[in-house]
Amino acid sequence: VGCEDGSVQLFHVVPGGVQYERSLERQQGRVLCLAWHPSGARIATGSVDHLRVLDIASGRAVQRIMVNYHSPKGKTPECVVWSVAFLASGAVASADSFGRLQFWDWDTGTLLESHAVGASAALSLAVSEEEDSIVVGTSAGATYQFQLLPVKMGSQEKRWVRTKPFQYHTHDVRAVAHSPTALISGGLDGQLVIRPLMERVQKKGYEAALRKFTFPHRRLVSCARKARLLLFQFSQHLELWRLGSTNESGKDGEVLPVCRVPEHLVQLKSKGPEHIYCSCVSPCGGWIAYSTASRFHLYRVHYEGDGVSIEKVPNVPKLPLPAYQLQCSADSSSLFVASDEGSVHVLQLLEPGGCKHLHTLRPPSGTPEAVYLLAPSADGNWLAAASGDWEIHVYSLKRFKHHCVVPMYSCAVTALAIHPVTNNLVIAYADQQLFEFSIPEKQYTAWSRTVQNDGLHKAWLERDSPITHIAFNPKNPSHILLHDVYMFCVLDKSLPLPDDSASLMNQSALKQLPATARKRQLHAFKICKKFQPLLFADLLDENCLVMVERPIMDIKTQLPPAIQQKKFGT
Amino acid sequence: MAALCEAFTLCGLGPSGAVGLGAGVLALEPGPDSDHVLLTDRGRTATLFKVSDQKPLGCWSVKHGQMITCPVVCNFETHEYIAVHDDKVLRIWKDEDVNLDKVFKATLSADVYRIHSLPHGEPLVLFKGGGVRTLDVLLEAPQQEIENFISDEVIKWSEAFLEGQEPILIFATEKDGDYFIYLQKFKLNILQKYKLEQQESSNPLSFTAYIKNQIITLLCLYSNDSIYKVLIPLQQHSEEEEQILSKSLLLKLSVSGSVLKGTSFAVLDKDHVAVLGSLTAFGEESKECLTIWNTKFQTLQTSKELPLGTSGQLWCYGEKFFFTHGKVLTVNLYKCETSSLAAAVGKLKDSQTSDASFLNWNTLNDEELVVSLQSQQSVTLKSESKMTLRSKRSSVAKAPSDTLTVGQLLLDIKDSSSAAVEEELKQLLSKAQMPDVQATIGCVITALINRCKTDPMFYPQNFLIQLVQKGELSYSLCPDLMAVALEKKDMHLLQICLQRFPDIPEEITYACLKLFLSISDDCLERTDVNLDSVLCYIDIESNNKEVKTEIVENGFNTELEEDSCDTTFTKETLLKNDVEFCPVGPQRAALLNAVLHSAYSETFLLPHLKDLPAQQAVLFLRYLHYLYVKSSEKINTTLPGVLSPTINQIMDWMCLLLDAHFTVMVMLPEAKGLLSNLHKFVRAQVRFYSELNKIEGSLQELQRLKRQKDSQAYSIEVLELI
Repeated sequence: VGCEDGSVQLFHVVPGGVQYERSLERQQGRVLCLAWHPSGARIATGSVDHLRVLDIASGRAVQRIMVNYHSPKGKTPECVVWSVAFLASGAVASADSFGRLQFWDWDTGTLLESHAVGASAALSLAVSEEEDSIVVGTSAGATYQFQLLPVKMGSQEKRWVRTKPFQYHTHDVRAVAHSPTALISGGLDGQLVIRPLMERVQKKGYEAALRKFTFPHRRLVSCARKARLLLFQFSQHLELWRLGSTNESGKDGEVLPVCRVPEHLVQLKSKGPEHIYCSCVSPCGGWIAYSTASRFHLYRVHYEGDGVSIEKVPNVPKLPLPAYQLQCSADSSSLFVASDEGSVHVLQLLEPGGCKHLHTLRPPSGTPEAVYLLAPSADGNWLAAASGDWEIHVYSLKRFKHHCVVPMYSCAVTALAIHPVTNNLVIAYADQQLFEFSIPEKQYTAWSRTVQNDGLHKAWLERDSPITHIAFNPKNPSHILLHDVYMFCVLDKSLPLPDDSASLMNQSALKQLPATARKRQLHAFKICKKFQPLLFADLLDENCLVMVERPIMDIKTQLPPAIQQKKFGT
Repeated sequence: MAALCEAFTLCGLGPSGAVGLGAGVLALEPGPDSDHVLLTDRGRTATLFKVSDQKPLGCWSVKHGQMITCPVVCNFETHEYIAVHDDKVLRIWKDEDVNLDKVFKATLSADVYRIHSLPHGEPLVLFKGGGVRTLDVLLEAPQQEIENFISDEVIKWSEAFLEGQEPILIFATEKDGDYFIYLQKFKLNILQKYKLEQQESSNPLSFTAYIKNQIITLLCLYSNDSIYKVLIPLQQHSEEEEQILSKSLLLKLSVSGSVLKGTSFAVLDKDHVAVLGSLTAFGEESKECLTIWNTKFQTLQTSKELPLGTSGQLWCYGEKFFFTHGKVLTVNLYKCETSSLAAAVGKLKDSQTSDASFLNWNTLNDEELVVSLQSQQSVTLKSESKMTLRSKRSSVAKAPSDTLTVGQLLLDIKDSSSAAVEEELKQLLSKAQMPDVQATIGCVITALINRCKTDPMFYPQNFLIQLVQKGELSYSLCPDLMAVALEKKDMHLLQICLQRFPDIPEEITYACLKLFLSISDDCLERTDVNLDSVLCYIDIESNNKEVKTEIVENGFNTELEEDSCDTTFTKETLLKNDVEFCPVGPQRAALLNAVLHSAYSETFLLPHLKDLPAQQAVLFLRYLHYLYVKSSEKINTTLPGVLSPTINQIMDWMCLLLDAHFTVMVMLPEAKGLLSNLHKFVRAQVRFYSELNKIEGSLQELQRLKRQKDSQAYSIEVLELI
C-alpha cells in the first residue's frame, strides 16, 4: 500500500483478511502508484516528478529517477506519474501526466524509451502476462496498445511500438487490464469496455465481439410487489417510491393518464464514506435493509394514511460482513443475508420493530466463495443460493437443512428464482442458457430437457447482456418474465420453442397479422425491446409490469465535462 | 476437392532395405485383403505387406539364377499367389508355403507377359505373343500351344476388367512408332484390334483405363505433356480390320508457365487424375512431384514435391498412392471428393466455421462428446481418421449396426431394397454430428437420385426432403435432384430446394415456375406444401373459390384517378374493391413465392420466360399484382410472415414478366383490364409518395413532438404481447 505521506506499507494476505507486516523507508512526496517486480524482490513507486525503486529485503530505496528531467520545454515542471509497471527484464514502465509512456532501466536509472501517447495525461497502464504488450489509458478517453516488436523482420532486437489506438470512452480511462485475448478499460463515463485482440482470438464467438457494460450485473432496484413500492439503491443513499396509478384502460401502445402520481416516500442517506453494496425492501413494504462493506442496517417503515415514518431497528444481530445480497421472504417474516464462505444468515423480523438471528445455512461441503444470489420460494419452504464457485444450493427453510445441490454447470449464474406454484427453480447463466430445476424432485424438469435438446434460438444465445432478473406470472404458471439491459421477455412454456429459421423478435410481425394467421407463428419467446436501457423489470400482478429505464443521457449529463478537444471548424 | 494427406514409408528399397536389393520395383499388386499389397521387385523376391501396419507379412523368393519376370498376383477366389519366373515357369502357392522350390510348378510353352487377377473370376494369363488364357484352362494342359497374333509388336501395357460376369482384357502394343490396342472378350472369344490415332512428334508414355456403361475409357499420357482420352465401345462388332481410334485432349499438364513431364498416372474418379512426373518451370531446375488434377475444371488441385527422386512408377489402390521416393517405397493417403464449382470457389457455406458450440447433452455420451469436439476442431484431414477411430470404438461398445459408414450406405443405395435403404438413411439422419456433412449428404443424394433414375418405383421423398434440410446444400452439389423432382412433380421438395439452394440455374427456375403455374388444382390440393409464406396474408377460408377472382377487375373506380389530392385518402377503399382475393390458391401461392425467392440473373431468365404460355403469364402477373397491392397496404411495404417475398422481388419479377410478354399482353383481351389496373395502381402509388414527400417536413415535426412526450419520467402505458 502506497500512502499519501510517501511511505509504502507491506501487508500479508492471510485467509480472511490482511495482516500488517512492516513499513518500507519513507520517501518525500505522495505515492500515487506502485508495482511489484515479478520476482517479488523490488517495488517501483510513482509520485510527483519521481519514480523510485525500493528493495524489499532492506526496505530502502535503491533507485530514484527524475521523470521530468526530459520534459518538453515550456510545460509546467510538475509531472505526475499516474501508473507504473515493473517488467521482468528490469525495465520500469511509467505513464505520466505529460501523456508519455516511458521505459526506465531500474538499475542505472536511465531512460530506455519514451513514447508520446497523446496530448493529455496517461492515467493507467497494464502489461500482458508475456510482457509483449502494454495497454495505456489516457484522460482523453482513448486507450492505446503498445507491442514489443522486432525492429526488422526476424531481427533479435525488439522495441516497443504503438500499434492500436482505441477511443471508446468520453472521459478519463481510470483503469485498464490486459487479458490474454482482450484489452479491458474502465472509464469515468461509467463504462467498462472489453475490446478483443482479434489476432489472439481463434474463432468467432462471444470472445471475439466488442463488449460495453454500463450497468453492474446486479440488482440495484428492489420491488415491494404487494405495497407497489420501489426501492432504488444509489451509491450513498436509498430512495423509496410509491408507484402511481391510473383508472383508465386502453389499447396497445397508448399512454394512459396518470391519476395518482408516483410519490417519493423516503430518502435514506448512508452514513460514512462507504458505498451501499446491497439493499432490499420487504414485499409488504414495511422493512428496508441495506449493507455497506462494514455495516448492516435495518429499518422499519410505518405508513399512516399519506404519512410515512421510518425508524431504525435497534440491536441488529452482529453478522460477519459484508453482505453480498439481501432478500426478504415472501411473507416479510424473515430476511436472508448472503455472506462469505457460502453461508446464508436467516434473520427473523419481529413486530413491531425487532429482529433476531435464527440460523445460518451453510453448504455441507463448505466453500471459500461468497453467496451472491438468493431466491426464496413463495411458500416459505425453500431457499436457493448461488455462490461464486457457480454452485447453487437449495435449503429447506422448514428444517433449516441442506436439501440438494443443482448439477454443476460451467458458467456463472446471473439470475435465479423459484416458481411460486410449482417450486421449480429457474436459472439463467451467463452464456444465456436457461435451466429449470424441480426442487421437490431434485432434477431438471422435462421442459428444461427439451430446451437443452432443441437448443435455444441463435439470436437468443448471441445476446450481449446477461439476464439479471427472473419473475413469474402468478395467474399463468407457464409464463416466466426475464430481462436484460436491452429487452424483457415473457417466456411462455406452453408454446413451442422457435427454431433458428424463425425470427426471434417476432412481436411486430405478429401484430400485423390477422388473428387467424397468428397461431402458426407464435413461439415461446415474447420479446419487447421498447424500453432500453432497462435497469429493472418486475411483474406486480397478472397484468401489471413495472419497468425501470436508466437513460444513458441522464448519466452523461451528471458527469464532469470531458476534456475539451479542438475539432476543426468548431 | 482432392487432397493429399499424410505419407509414410512402407519399406526401404536400397541394398540394405528389406527387399529389392537395389534393383527397383517391378510392380505392386493388390493383396488378398484390401489393406494388403504384393510387391514384386526386379529380382527374385515378392513381398506381401500390410499397409496400415507398415510391415511385411510374408516374403518369397526364387532360387539364385532364376528371376521373377511377371508381377506376382493374388487369386482373390482361392487366396493363392501366382508368379512366373524365367518367362515360362508358373508357380502357385499359399500363405503358409515358405520355399518356392517346393510349391506347384508348371512350365508353359510360351513367354508370359502378365497375369491379371480379377475380384470375382479366374486369373487371366497374357502371353507376349498376344495370346490369352484363363488360368484354369492353362493348368489343364500347361504345354498347350499358344497362338501368336503379334509377330513383331511389343506389348506395352495391359489391363483386365469384369463387365457383368464377362472378363475383358485390353492391351496396347507398339511397332515402329505405331500403337495398337487389342480388346479380348472371353465369352465370345473375340479379339478386336484398333490402331491408335497418331500424334505428331509425341508418343504415349503410360496408359490407364476404366470401364463404365459398356464403354472402356482409355487414358493415355503422351510425351507432349498431355493426357488424351480414347473411348472404346464394347458392343461394336464390325469385321473391318484395324479401326482407328480417335482421341480427345483431356488435360494439358501445365499450370502458369510450368510444365509437368509426366511419367505415370492414375485415375482417381471421373474428375480427378494423379500424375507423377517432374515439374519444370521456365528457367528453373525441374522438381519431381506427385500432382492431382481436376479434369473438369482443368486445374491443378494439389501437388507434393518429391525431392529425393522417384522411379517414375505410380500405383494407386484403395485411396493410397504407392511410389518410390529416394530409397524407400512411400505410401501417400489421399482424399478425393465430388467437386462442385460452388465448393471450388467457396460459395458453399462452410458448416465447420459456424461452430455450434451448443452440444446436445442427452444424446452424446462423454466419450463421443470429446471425440466429436476434437473432430470439429481438426478441420479437414485429421477428422476422417478420428472418425474411423470413433466408429471402431463404438463398435466395441455398441451394436454393430451403429458403424454404418457412408461408403457402405452409398453401395447399399445402389442395389438394396428400398426398405433397407430407408432404414440406413434413418440412421444417417439421426447421427448427431458428422464431419463434412455437406459432402456426405451430397454424395448420398447423388446416389439416391441415380437409383431413382434407374428404378422408377424408388423415390424416398421424405428422406430427400430431410437430407436437403439437414445440410447447407447447393444446386451444383446434387445437380440432378431438381430435375428428378420436376419429373416426379414433387412440389414440396422443389419448394424447399428453391428456398435453400443459392445457385439454381435459371432454366430450372423457369421449369419450376411453369410447373407451378400449370399443375392442376386437384393435384395441388393433395400435395403437402409449406404454407408459412402465404398464411399471413391470404385468408384461406375466404379464398377457397378461385373462380371468384375473375370478376374482381371490374370493381375499379376510374373516377378517383382524376383528383390527385384525394388519392391518398381513398386508397384504402380502392384497394378493397380491387384486389380482395388472391387469384391463386394458397398452395400455388406458396410455391410461386418460393420461385420469387430464388436468385436469378435477368439475362439468363428472360429467354426462358418468353416461352411461358400466355395464359400462365397472365395468371402469374395477376398474382404479382395481388402481392404488390397487398404489400403496399402496410406502411413499411412488407408482407408479413416468414420467407414471404419482398416488394423488390415482386417488382423485379413483374417487370421481367412484362418485358418477356410485352407483345402478348398487349394483344390478349383478358390481360387488358389487368394491365390498365396495374398501370393505375402504380400511378396512384407514385402520386402518393410524391405527396408524402411534400409533407415530409410536417411529419418530422410530428415525430419530434411525440419524442418529447415520451421523455416523461413516469408513464403508464398499455403493452400487448402476443
